[in-house]
Amino acid sequence: AADGGRPVPGDGTDPPAPERVLFPPTFSVSEIKNKQRRHFMFVRWKQQQRKEKLALKKKRRKEREALGDKAPPKAIPKTIENQRVYDETTVDPNDEEVAFDEATDEFAPYFNRQTVPKILITTSDRPRGRTVRFCEQLATVIPNSHVYYRRGLALKRIIPQCIARDFTDLIVINEDRKIPNGLVLSHLPDGPTAHFRMSSVRLRKEIKRKGKEPTEHVPEVILNNFTTRLGHSIGRMFAALFPHDPQFIGRQVATFHNQRDYIFFRFHRYIFKSEKKVGIQELGPRFTLKLRSLQKGTFDSKFGEYEWIHKRREMDTSRRKFHL
Amino acid sequence: TKTQNFCRNEYNLTGLCNRSSCPLANSQYATVREEKGRCYLYMKTIERAAFPRRLWERVLLSKNYEKALEEIDENLIYWPRFIRHKCKQRFTKITQYLIRIRKLTLKRQRKLVPLRRKIERRENRREEKALIAAQLDNAIEKELLERLKQDTYGDIYNFPIHAFDKALQQQDAESESESDAEREEDDEDDEDVDKREFVEAEDSELSDFEDMDKLETSSEEEQEEEEEVEKKASHSKSKGKTPLKGPARRKRPYIEIEYEEETEPSTKTKAA
Repeated sequence: AADGGRPVPGDGTDPPAPERVLFPPTFSVSEIKNKQRRHFMFVRWKQQQRKEKLALKKKRRKEREALGDKAPPKAIPKTIENQRVYDETTVDPNDEEVAFDEATDEFAPYFNRQTVPKILITTSDRPRGRTVRFCEQLATVIPNSHVYYRRGLALKRIIPQCIARDFTDLIVINEDRKIPNGLVLSHLPDGPTAHFRMSSVRLRKEIKRKGKEPTEHVPEVILNNFTTRLGHSIGRMFAALFPHDPQFIGRQVATFHNQRDYIFFRFHRYIFKSEKKVGIQELGPRFTLKLRSLQKGTFDSKFGEYEWIHKRREMDTSRRKFHL
Repeated sequence: TKTQNFCRNEYNLTGLCNRSSCPLANSQYATVREEKGRCYLYMKTIERAAFPRRLWERVLLSKNYEKALEEIDENLIYWPRFIRHKCKQRFTKITQYLIRIRKLTLKRQRKLVPLRRKIERRENRREEKALIAAQLDNAIEKELLERLKQDTYGDIYNFPIHAFDKALQQQDAESESESDAEREEDDEDDEDVDKREFVEAEDSELSDFEDMDKLETSSEEEQEEEEEVEKKASHSKSKGKTPLKGPARRKRPYIEIEYEEETEPSTKTKAA
């Protein structure tokens, strides 16, 4: 073989142990023009790398065993959650200011058990079949909710009507090209309005191994991972959708799990098989939300006071920075 | 059908390119155009053909539809029929679309927000990764178990093993920790052995069914649990004793509640 001691692949002979092959110092696999040869060299290089890595691991493990008790603790692998940029608005569980804020904000009457949530679910104009079915399923999941069709009515006009009829929350599901893609959640008597982008909506029939329909019992609510101040208020908004006293007989749980600014909604039925084991079965629709904006008052796109808007250029600059 | 070209001249009356409706080909011509919601009648006569700046004479038409039509008639008196007719037609069309614009602006406008492909793709990918990182099932299970530990469910679920262990720990609090652990393990083993014995011995169908019924009516009234009970009862009726060990063991929490309470004193004596 002419170049660098590498045999022609047609030979059928495997190259001898790669350690014996000496590459000239400025050799780089990507500089070979011939694709077949380049691929071959790359594969060989990869195998070599893997072998070195394995050898390194073995050596480290031997060292660790040799040291025994005095070995340094295992290194924790870096994850995005570990490396998350520290957000200064992270809520400390013992923060008094936050506790005071929460005692006096718009959800205080709900958390003091003064109001019972009553929810109106509606869509944008002319909903298609998928959205309609999704609304119905959502209505079964959230107790005390009603679905009304929006025949071209302006939101600004239905809001005072809703307040007059004692609704506490309004959900508008926006639709595009026959699939729901947006959600506006508005707490009614003058409460904050959150606008979400909704994705990966699965109706009940599309969920595998699902159980029977959700019953009328009031489900429990799990809110996971809402750490910052903004996340806290959004979490409270979600909690205010469900009546305060869950019926444990129903064994149903609605979960809002926040991970990297995506809120995953799931609805399960659980059963405790033993003290340390619980089985869950998914029923009910599932979807993911991503917060786009949070407004102070009720829905008003022109004159509303925005508490938070997602600004792509400023907020999406770092991969380790999350806002919820 | 005859196809026609469009005329690009802005003063054209009909919009089509014909000899009779071309403003360049005719020295006497008129059009109706609208600007900022007001309609004007533009006229061109042969006398002003030499003065391009003053060529087109502009007359403001009244906002009243009928009056405007009369004004067109007045201004275009003695003009060819074709131009008069087409002017009035054009004026009608313009007023109609102006009315429509005004109606639409009162209604809600649908704002079209363009999707950015790169951003959509990026967000989808990040969502997938976030879903994998979230490990939702585990998180939910963990949370539920924690809530169970913290007693948020109150008395609904009895897991006597837990209570028994607690009681044991309290009893053996005086002795050393190691012997404690050993004893607990022993007791657990004894318990398990005893449990197994009891399940095998008293595995009669009728007693199971009756007891389960009592349990159900006393604590909870749930369709699912009754179904499970029925399933279990049907299992016990259909199969023999030994094959039952599988599902019986799985469904231990339900049976155990009954038997353990009865036999607690005996196990305690055995442990001692």
